[in-house]
Amino acid sequence: MAVDGAVFEAREINAWRGDRHILRDVSFSLRPGEFLKVTGPNGVGKTTLLRVICGLLPAETGELWWRGKSVRGRRDEFNFELGHLGHLNSLKGDLTARENLKFLAGLRTTLTAQAIDATLDRVGILSRGDLPARSLSAGQKRRLALARLLLADAALWILDEPVTNLDTAGIRLVEELIVDHVEHGGLAIAAAHQRLLDDAPCLRSLELEP
Amino acid sequence: MTAVRTPTLAAAKLVFQRDMTLAWRRWDEVAQPLIFYVVVTTMFPLATTPDLSALRQIGGGVVWVAALLASLLALEALFRADVEDGTTEQWVLSGQPLGYLLLAKVAAHWVLTGLPLVIMSPIVGTGLGLPTSVWGVLMLSLLLGTGTLSILGGIGAALTVGVRRGSVLLSLLVLPLAMPLLIFGSRAVAMQMDGDSPAGPLQLLAAIFFMALSLGPLAMSAAIRISVEN
Repeated sequence: MAVDGAVFEAREINAWRGDRHILRDVSFSLRPGEFLKVTGPNGVGKTTLLRVICGLLPAETGELWWRGKSVRGRRDEFNFELGHLGHLNSLKGDLTARENLKFLAGLRTTLTAQAIDATLDRVGILSRGDLPARSLSAGQKRRLALARLLLADAALWILDEPVTNLDTAGIRLVEELIVDHVEHGGLAIAAAHQRLLDDAPCLRSLELEP
Repeated sequence: MTAVRTPTLAAAKLVFQRDMTLAWRRWDEVAQPLIFYVVVTTMFPLATTPDLSALRQIGGGVVWVAALLASLLALEALFRADVEDGTTEQWVLSGQPLGYLLLAKVAAHWVLTGLPLVIMSPIVGTGLGLPTSVWGVLMLSLLLGTGTLSILGGIGAALTVGVRRGSVLLSLLVLPLAMPLLIFGSRAVAMQMDGDSPAGPLQLLAAIFFMALSLGPLAMSAAIRISVEN
């Protein structure tokens, strides 16, 4: 039942949180260049689905396939190709924006100072590079988290409410980044209840129902 | 863009550097165990007797108990901040072996809280009447002991990080495991003072240290993976 050209597939994922059966037989597949938007009301399991894909939560049944192989037992390989932007920005308030990127994004790929500066410029906070992350506004922290995602240079993006705290320019930035990413053969999965790339040709939707 | 994957050793070094940078900016928190250690050991002569020959009998034990409690003091917060702000989540997803990253973090923690105790121990011991001839054994035993404690404590802290008010639970978990360290460590000091060879207890301490070093990262990464599930 493999879909032609799909590099990422979720097959009949079932997950419980406590005694609630949240994800019921969720299946989908994604080709390079596609952006999957997961929608649904609060508490329906959008975050749970994303965390299951990341392996942060165990699924009761179901399997994930990446590039034609099951992810099971090859987690570290899969994780390296996966960039995750969660609810939390994963920033250290006492470190500067640059240091945050160096110490966290640097765990994945070897970074140069130029790469860090170029990415900070791309998300529009280059002038804040040497300020402690604590002193950034909520939107700027989100932009810094986006910079971390960009530097990870991952093929599959997992975004949980990526536009939280962002202004209209920030939302446009996220849309540009996603389009740019999928146009270069990447894949992206995002949970969102705001408008996000609603008319883009790359958009695919997955609606979760309670 | 072609990304060069960071070698595991370089990634572990980054974690270590990061904790050093953070500690430099929050040095008051880091200094706390050391201050506790010095204060507790100076209180013993005041409360018991200033007679050095009497203090000498208990000196090794006092230094060891104080070091044990001081390292425990610093453990509770070890992983808390990183789990709460989502950093450990990113470590789990970094594609690097999690155990090595956590071991690097524990190593940084040991350099900041365990190593100062080792370095201070001759001065503290002198205050308790320990002769210079036992300095070497005291420092070596504490070096192995605090190292083991940091790893054992790291496992405990990783297990209790999701538990609210986990500090009591952490002490209950770690202290029983630390008892052999206390016994062998103070015994080594006592034997050296009596003119016997302290090799036996020191070798046992070293054995425990290497066991903790080899199995600790596995246990810590398993515990952290459970903690980020919530």
